[in-house]
Amino acid sequence: MAKKVKLSEMTDMFKDMEILSLEGVTIEGDIELDLSGLGGGFDPMLAALLGQENAILAQHFARLANMFGVPVGIGAPVAGAPGAAPGISPALAAPKFKDLIPAKFDVANIAEWTNQIQEVPIGNTSADGGSRGKRVLLGGEKALPFFPDAPMPNRNQVTIDVFDMRLGLAKAVKENYDDVMDNPGEWAKKNVEKFNADMITIHLISTDPLIKDTSPKDAAKTVEEVLQAVDVPIAIGGSGNPQKDPEVLAKAAEVAEGERCLIASASLNLDYAKIAEAAVKYDHDILSWTQLDMNAQKELNRKLMKQCNVPRDRIIMDPTTAALGYGLDYAYTNMERIRLAALMGDEELTFPMSSGTTNAWGARESWMVSSPLKEDSDWGPREYRGPIWEIITGLSLAIAGNDLFMMMHPTSVAVLKHITQTLFGSIEAEPVDISNWIGAEV
Amino acid sequence: MKINSPLEAYKYLPQTNCGECGEATCMAFASKLIDRSGKTTDCLPLIKEKKFAKKLAELDRLLAPEIREVVIGVGDRAVKIGGDDVLYRHKLTFFNKTKMFFDVTDTMEDAALVDRVKSIANFKKFYVGRNLLIDGVAIRSVSNDPAKFSAAVKKVSEVGIPMIFCSFNPAVLKAGLEAAKDANPLLYAANKDNWKEVGELALEYNVPVVVSAINDLDTLKSLTKTFSDAGVKNIVLDPGTYPSGKGMKDSFTNFLKIRRAGIMGDTEIAYPILALPFTAWMSGISDPVSASYWETAMAAVFTIRYGDVMILHSLEPYATLPEVHLAETIYTDPRTPVAVDSKMYKVGTPDENSPVLFTTNFALTYYTVESDLSSNGINCYLLAVNTDGIGVEAAVAGGQLTADKVKDAFEKSGFDLKTDVNHNTVITPGLAARLQGDLEDKLGAKVLVGPMDSGRLPGFMEKNWPPKK
Repeated sequence: MAKKVKLSEMTDMFKDMEILSLEGVTIEGDIELDLSGLGGGFDPMLAALLGQENAILAQHFARLANMFGVPVGIGAPVAGAPGAAPGISPALAAPKFKDLIPAKFDVANIAEWTNQIQEVPIGNTSADGGSRGKRVLLGGEKALPFFPDAPMPNRNQVTIDVFDMRLGLAKAVKENYDDVMDNPGEWAKKNVEKFNADMITIHLISTDPLIKDTSPKDAAKTVEEVLQAVDVPIAIGGSGNPQKDPEVLAKAAEVAEGERCLIASASLNLDYAKIAEAAVKYDHDILSWTQLDMNAQKELNRKLMKQCNVPRDRIIMDPTTAALGYGLDYAYTNMERIRLAALMGDEELTFPMSSGTTNAWGARESWMVSSPLKEDSDWGPREYRGPIWEIITGLSLAIAGNDLFMMMHPTSVAVLKHITQTLFGSIEAEPVDISNWIGAEV
Repeated sequence: MKINSPLEAYKYLPQTNCGECGEATCMAFASKLIDRSGKTTDCLPLIKEKKFAKKLAELDRLLAPEIREVVIGVGDRAVKIGGDDVLYRHKLTFFNKTKMFFDVTDTMEDAALVDRVKSIANFKKFYVGRNLLIDGVAIRSVSNDPAKFSAAVKKVSEVGIPMIFCSFNPAVLKAGLEAAKDANPLLYAANKDNWKEVGELALEYNVPVVVSAINDLDTLKSLTKTFSDAGVKNIVLDPGTYPSGKGMKDSFTNFLKIRRAGIMGDTEIAYPILALPFTAWMSGISDPVSASYWETAMAAVFTIRYGDVMILHSLEPYATLPEVHLAETIYTDPRTPVAVDSKMYKVGTPDENSPVLFTTNFALTYYTVESDLSSNGINCYLLAVNTDGIGVEAAVAGGQLTADKVKDAFEKSGFDLKTDVNHNTVITPGLAARLQGDLEDKLGAKVLVGPMDSGRLPGFMEKNWPPKK
């Protein structure tokens, strides 16, 4: 494939005469001059000078390239360009279609992806000094998710939410959990046994002073209960109250010592140091949560590593999930930028990511009976709308680089797992002959 | 685009700063060309004066997007696909969002056909001050009978939305083209067996055409090369869309590779790509809800990774709503927050008895609340508080929406709760309930906590308005 060559690159190339790097390089039309890189003003003299040097270099370049048998079409007009020399146009020759012109498709891997995402384990088995039945591995990617540039080492994982008290949920979600909502242990068990959860997240929301203001000790008891009920790795979430969470999470970390749970979350608006300290002391991972801001994410990660001495293999990021139709555009871009920056060498961002995919249930399209607007087309039954809203919110972020999903609806979990594992390459299926799709009976 | 700085575009402009394009300087106009908010045709000297003809041609070539743009259909509802310059939307934005075509067949009963086409054409979902639509109809020739296909095309074309003609039989495609003259449909498809005949049709009727080679990128490129050499300009690629297992992974990989090659300069494959989430219905999933779900998931994957146009089947709202929303999401410019001006808006014709509400200036929130109010005939005042374009819940959590910010917004808007209305009452969003006490102190007004979702405002108003003394 043609690669554009800039003057700066050419100068470098000539420095050590690295001939091999010329392979597959062609120069399109005039050699490009990247003047924007020269700083403030435009200096015509400088441009003229560069132009001359450019021309000389180009000649050298062409000779060199010819010598090594690399086809270089300097100054040749680009095919189909307006104003290009007409030559013999095949379009004018009759018949218009003769034979299929043979072609070879080829495209290079992305060379700029140099960094590997940190691999982070969650859950300690007996071999690791814990009591989990299995360990979950996140991260390790060397390319964007499902891209062919490098094998993806670990598949996406789903952790299903459990709350420490009965709460109001969308009807379509609630009907799956109504029988276990007063018992976090049973709830966790159902998530694993019936809904195939890779992990459990226990949210200690009753500790919020505005909800029930239960004590850190009560919360710790709930955590123990969940740890006993299931043997998958668990994530432990607070209530989101910045004053209370550090205390609650520190206590929870203590009773879960040695299990390598994911403590959720450290953020910039609370005493993250206290949470980080407890996580490191009692052998847990920490969720570094920021709000749709790549620079804030870097800052928090830096603080966790430098101030709180959290080892790199204990950090997972949550850059915030806004739901489809409710800011997913920002969430998607933020995650993709974070992952790309990490792959290209930003050591403050090379961590696996987690998404509060459950946020999709906040979108009115997922729970409202029908559109409040008369002008809208029919929204159809909400029982089917809700789960797909959660799936598409999560799936989009999976493609942007997210590794771990905190989810709620069993159907959403099943479909999201199926499609991400299909893209991961671990789903076998009968080959389908799609060449006859036009006549398919559906 | 072969250039990326205004300076480079400036070289090709008249450099007279004549101002005819509406910009003060040629350099400012050059910036607009680079970010695609301006077109070369806006520069009148450039298009009128002969001496600039060469520069204009060269500039147009340099500004052309890496991926060719292709138009399907005619008139108001014609759609444009392709036109992208980057692999990641944060670098520039994706242009021309993925277009969704839903299928009908030429074996459908007339009434059912017309019904389905109408529901496709009339689909509407309000979002951020406008409507999301479905783009067109793909007519599958199940009969393989030119007469039947022609009849179906005639029926569909009466509705006036873009069409894709689906058949590998050139006689069928020709019958369709004859039945809908000048409708500029997309022909599906030329493959390695029928390419000569279908290519001739594309040239003769001057319509865009899909070249199809399933999981075979060499043949796909060979077809585009052959077509482009023969003068066919408007080409769309079909590398095949497998619905399951390793096949689906292959399809995903093919889409990535094609787009990457195109953006990186392989002009022979730099065309828009067609995805077929439709094949979900061939994957052996037996119940229609599951098949719809799978089709929607496939649509999401290929909306994000480079499908420019797609053919789908399920018209169930639970499938179409997320599909059209996601296309909108992926193709919005992530560099500009979608926000409305922070000020006091009048909804309907409010007077001194009318309620006063506030919300954030995040466009989605604002338009949602505004349309919930106006479509229910609630006359009121609605204050958009500047939260830097963040929604209510996140803004309350993040400190962008506080009692002070609300007070500030009232002051800046020049609206006086004590004199402009006779009730001195404000309704806060339900998601900002925790601001209630603080707001009462700061505003010196009565504060009612509204519903968690503005869709429930009509019921709320019935119960709570006018406020009890």
